[in-house]
Amino acid sequence: MSILNLIRLALRALQRNKLRAVLTMLGIIIGVAAVITIGAIGQGSKISIHSSLAGLGSNLIIIMPNSNAPGGARLLGSNVETLTIRDILAIEKEATMINGVSPDVQSRGQVINGSLNWPTTIEGANEQLLSIKNLSVTKGIPFSDHDVKTYAKVCIIGQTVVDNVFPKGVSPIGKTIRFNKIPFQIIGILAKKGQNTFGQDQDDIIIAPFTTVQKRITASIYFGTIFASAKSEALSVPASDELTKILRVSHHLRSDIDNDFMIRTQAELIKTLGAVTGLLTALLTAIAGISLVIGGIGIMNIMYVSVTERTKEIGLRMSIGARGIDILSQFLTEAIIVSVVGGVIGILLGEGLAFLISHALKWPPVVDETSIIVSFSVCFAIGVFFGYYPALKASKLDPIEALRYE
Amino acid sequence: MKKILELHDIKREFQMGSEIVRALKGVSFDVEEGEFITIMGSSGSGKTTLLNTLGCLDKPTSGVYLLDGVNMGNLSRNELAQLRNEKIGFVFQAYNLLPRTTALENVELPLFYNRKISPSERKDRAIEALKAVKLEDRLHHMPNELSGGQQQRVAIARALVNEPVMILADEATGNLDSRTSYEIMSLIQELNQLQKKTIVFVTHEPDIAAFSSRTVVLKDGRVVKDTFNKDRRSAKEMLAALPQTEDY
Repeated sequence: MSILNLIRLALRALQRNKLRAVLTMLGIIIGVAAVITIGAIGQGSKISIHSSLAGLGSNLIIIMPNSNAPGGARLLGSNVETLTIRDILAIEKEATMINGVSPDVQSRGQVINGSLNWPTTIEGANEQLLSIKNLSVTKGIPFSDHDVKTYAKVCIIGQTVVDNVFPKGVSPIGKTIRFNKIPFQIIGILAKKGQNTFGQDQDDIIIAPFTTVQKRITASIYFGTIFASAKSEALSVPASDELTKILRVSHHLRSDIDNDFMIRTQAELIKTLGAVTGLLTALLTAIAGISLVIGGIGIMNIMYVSVTERTKEIGLRMSIGARGIDILSQFLTEAIIVSVVGGVIGILLGEGLAFLISHALKWPPVVDETSIIVSFSVCFAIGVFFGYYPALKASKLDPIEALRYE
Repeated sequence: MKKILELHDIKREFQMGSEIVRALKGVSFDVEEGEFITIMGSSGSGKTTLLNTLGCLDKPTSGVYLLDGVNMGNLSRNELAQLRNEKIGFVFQAYNLLPRTTALENVELPLFYNRKISPSERKDRAIEALKAVKLEDRLHHMPNELSGGQQQRVAIARALVNEPVMILADEATGNLDSRTSYEIMSLIQELNQLQKKTIVFVTHEPDIAAFSSRTVVLKDGRVVKDTFNKDRRSAKEMLAALPQTEDY
């Protein structure tokens, strides 16, 4: 019998029992929708994490002081002071795989403008920090190399600071604010960045030349952090190796002494977080996959019932000339149609849910062709696998007994 | 005359546990084209076994059965199915129509299993067959929207649609009242006399046998009587003779 005829016969048979066909499909629909939705959520969260970390600069390399004392009191990294301007100069002179490097000193404090005040963080850096951290200035201008060299009391501020210390409609550019009593003139406003992956407000910041911050606020020659940016994401690991060598020379470390700093790359962090979300997604998809298998067993169950119920029909078909293979393919086609139609509905439902969720969480919508193709083929395979045994049973019936079956 | 059925010493034995049941103990007869033969016998006479053999649903243990010159004993399961499809039209006591399927689709069914027939030809031939049983105005009715007689006529149309060499009816009037039985018999007689269809009708009602041209009686697995019917009754006349309104 031709495939077209088979499909027509199967559709007629399914039409005769619409409710049952739909209920059988339900298992497959739910299974496929679950697989697609969870896959899309996993993919979406991965992309979201990547883009929010890449928002900080996916090429970012972070150098922090670290204790290398072999004995005695072990100090917290942040209490160790090893990074100085010498390191910056050495890196600027020798490093070949980075685009820029900036020291970073931070201090918490109160920012005051007239009667308004707000607790925030001041970050001292050089003019390269903005490009290293993917920051930009929307109004006004960033500070320059000259401002750094002359210890200029200028700053650029984040939107949260603007909102809290300036009344609406007042332009902060050119105004002077005080941070811990030190006056800074505002020359620029940072573009809004929102929260990072960890819920930290990235707009609650004041950035000023590190020279000024070191001299006026922290009163220290040491840096809390050095930020550098590799020429590409792929280069961040070799670049951090190179920086390690430069810093060891700059710190006069003998070969048997451990590093008194540590280097982390953003790429590493992205990879780690990616692995975690990937694992979670795989786990949830596996659970959803189980429901798909259960849906398949549902099909098998119903097909067995259907074969028994339609024994007389099978007998009749055989008596008017259906061969075993005709009966086999008829029931197999029914099973495949149920699972594939269920699969298509499941895909649409899953994609719809994924779209709603990504919309609600403001993720990029992920329409993954491979997951569609995979679920479609899986449904087809489920139809064949779980439809085969009932269909085989039907095709092996004895026409005489089947005709007489009541 | 061309011989449609040739049976030579057909024997059929069944193994029932340790016992061997001999349902047919050597049955021989020939049927020529255009005959209307009834096969009669009480229950246990081997009637059903013979019917299954004639219908190529079952193979005899020994003996030769030629259907339209084809020896079915040599055929495989699939070849038998094809033989049934091309040469036999079945009519059953319980009609055996597919439920929730229109008359037209029911009649089309045998043609689905014939590769040589295109979908448009399939439909045309099914409509022709339904016209032949005077149901052209019931093409799209479901079986449950048809009376018993109409359902049996759909079943006859289904048996005709493949243009078989023989129509094999199994107690085809068993479920019908006498008026409807006569209607069906008159249709079958018409097919036999006007279209020269060969008809093998298995029944246990002597009443029905009177409409046929020949009667074979089975008893205990053997043919005990094989007579040609000299004065065939006409079902059409019987039908006309029935009172038009029945008073209860």
